[in-house]
Amino acid sequence: MKIILNNKIEFLDAEEVSFTELLALKNYTFKMLVTKLNNQLVKKEYRDTTFIKNGDDVSVMHLVSGG
Amino acid sequence: MTFDEIRAKLKTKTVGIAGAGGLGSNCAVALARSGVGKLIVADFDVIDLSNLNRQYYFYHQLGRKKVLALQENVKMVNPEVVFVPLSLKLDSVSIKKVFANCDIIVEAFDRNDMKQMIIETVQEFFPDKPLVIGSGMAGFGGNNLIRTEQHGILYICGDQQSEVSDVLPPLAPRVGVVSMMQANQVLEILLKS
Repeated sequence: MKIILNNKIEFLDAEEVSFTELLALKNYTFKMLVTKLNNQLVKKEYRDTTFIKNGDDVSVMHLVSGG
Repeated sequence: MTFDEIRAKLKTKTVGIAGAGGLGSNCAVALARSGVGKLIVADFDVIDLSNLNRQYYFYHQLGRKKVLALQENVKMVNPEVVFVPLSLKLDSVSIKKVFANCDIIVEAFDRNDMKQMIIETVQEFFPDKPLVIGSGMAGFGGNNLIRTEQHGILYICGDQQSEVSDVLPPLAPRVGVVSMMQANQVLEILLKS
């Protein structure tokens, strides 16, 4: 399937993946992430049950302390 | 646009700033210099000696509430700015209340759990309000790692990787760069709307 990940086109060798699986697949290992699917926030507790399909627009952002 | 046109447009705008530390203090001063009409700045903290390595405060202001000292400093730069200092600890309830009438919100916390909290709060209560976050600015060097990512109307300024620690302290240049990127993003959004 073809998705948009952080404003870039990505091809994944799967019909559907959960948000948790996508994060593992793309090696997102930071502890504090903000995730969005089609511009809607996906909270951490919903990543296992939120599925990404062909054509979806996905955002993954790292939040690190400091300011 | 001429500077007069820019100032005329910005004068009608209100920017909310969540935090008056390294990001918030520098961002507020830049927005005041540019001519933003009203700034609503919230922070509960007082100025500590360790803040002076990057925050827009002065030695004689040590021990004072940040929002009140920032009001004084902003007014010295541009007395026409309407500055609303709010000495309080922000949470999802107070954010909803104090930033309701802002055109845009700047996140200027230091802790990442607070950054997450404001993203979730703004998404829930103000889904149409642009939010400009700072994430990743510790240490020095790495100029070209600092960038802005746009996700809808959520903007993330910073390198998204360097976390503050004892061996990676926040310093004036990188914190300053990110705060100016936030201010610059605010101007772009306000002037194009």
